[in-house]
Amino acid sequence: MNFNWLLPPTGSKAPPQEILLPVKTRYIAVTLLSALVLNLFALPGVLQQIRPDFIALTLIYWVVYHPRRVGFLPAWVLGLIMDVADSSLFGQHALAYAVLMYLAILLHRRIVMFGMRHQIVHVFAILIASQFIMLGVRLIASADFPGALYFVPSLLGAALWPLLFNVIRVPLRPRSNPDAV
Amino acid sequence: MEYSPPPFFKRGPSLLTRFTFFSILSVILLISDARFNYLQVLRQSIAAVVYPLQRLSSLPGGLAGRVGDFFVTQSQLQRENEQLKHQELLDTGALQVHQALESENQHLRQLLGMRERLPREFIATEILYAHRDPFTRRVVVDKGFQQGVKAGSAVVDESGVVGQVTRVFPWASEVTLVTDKEQAVPIQAVRSGLRGVTFGIGYDGTLELRFMPVNADIQNGDLLVTSGIDGTYPPGLPVAVVSNIERNAAYAFARITCTPAAGVSSYGQVLVVSYDGKLPENPVTDEEPGPRGKRVKK
Repeated sequence: MNFNWLLPPTGSKAPPQEILLPVKTRYIAVTLLSALVLNLFALPGVLQQIRPDFIALTLIYWVVYHPRRVGFLPAWVLGLIMDVADSSLFGQHALAYAVLMYLAILLHRRIVMFGMRHQIVHVFAILIASQFIMLGVRLIASADFPGALYFVPSLLGAALWPLLFNVIRVPLRPRSNPDAV
Repeated sequence: MEYSPPPFFKRGPSLLTRFTFFSILSVILLISDARFNYLQVLRQSIAAVVYPLQRLSSLPGGLAGRVGDFFVTQSQLQRENEQLKHQELLDTGALQVHQALESENQHLRQLLGMRERLPREFIATEILYAHRDPFTRRVVVDKGFQQGVKAGSAVVDESGVVGQVTRVFPWASEVTLVTDKEQAVPIQAVRSGLRGVTFGIGYDGTLELRFMPVNADIQNGDLLVTSGIDGTYPPGLPVAVVSNIERNAAYAFARITCTPAAGVSSYGQVLVVSYDGKLPENPVTDEEPGPRGKRVKK
């Protein structure tokens, strides 16, 4: 089966360098806030368990494509907010997001060189690493392993990466048609 | 693998420094939360900030439900009305008997000089959503300390105990379900009067009655109700029904699995029961000298 139609036309080559509008800090804040709302969205039953972590995905996007714009502090504060919203241990998401930021900054020069398909693999690795951090924290704090479903959010998150990539860029594409003049 | 910029570009502390700083900060928070429970105030203030966002994001689901409610057919409503009337009739009968029994009970207790049963107060709430944290079994209800909910109160639905309020926020509170791994409920078997403690199992929505001897008088189908000896849960609320018993003489205790009596995994209205079981002081205090004469200096 060929799933190329799901991906941007370039496949395994790096996506073409687009000329985008400069990113305003306000826009970054808006995307992170909408990711937070998506994370808090009440879903029924199992869907709640397998929902991908949109904040993690959005953070990875900004760090990979604009590494100087998002620092550790906003990521860490978002982690604390997620801890309160999930009522998990205080600092659990914060630690996971710190690890995620570290890995993303470390890998950002590498990730942009790859095509979508290979970027997905990288994003999956970063997401699963942050989930393993949370799992480790909870296992130390005497919780039980919640089952294999626990790792589905990372898979789904990585699968959503091309979509997120394109959606975030929509407002950044120049609106005027350069051929018009 | 890290590419550090040449030293003449000022770019703040290095990646590893920043990462270490925030990791250590997180670990400090983790330890102070897990071990010492220090951060209630911080948690509550963040919760107050996040609350509008949470309500905002639970809005579409609620709206969908309301639109669904709007398209209920008349026959459905009539049927439900019929059922409710029938149920009310049955309940009224039971309630009349209950009132007579209550007054008789009060009278007898006065005669015998026993403590009077304490009044209970109910606060009706609605379950907003279940927590996303996959390690625990918790739900959030829509009343907080502004409406008089207190941490530690029992939460019941129409057929039994659902859980216990564990954290209270200004406009919402968090209920740990009886099926949570760390939730214990002191119970009494109705048939045999045996006391025990049930613990949640965590992953499959059942309870376990632990520390019961192999020959304990427990049978399949026994109803377990709260015993009230802890002063937290009012006595007599149904908790679970025994569903499976494994008696293996190789182990000290029988393995007893129970199914919760309440609809623990369903959503809907629940009651927060505030009950102040003022128990007499525990006669065994730390003040008494131990066998080696150790005592706490005042």
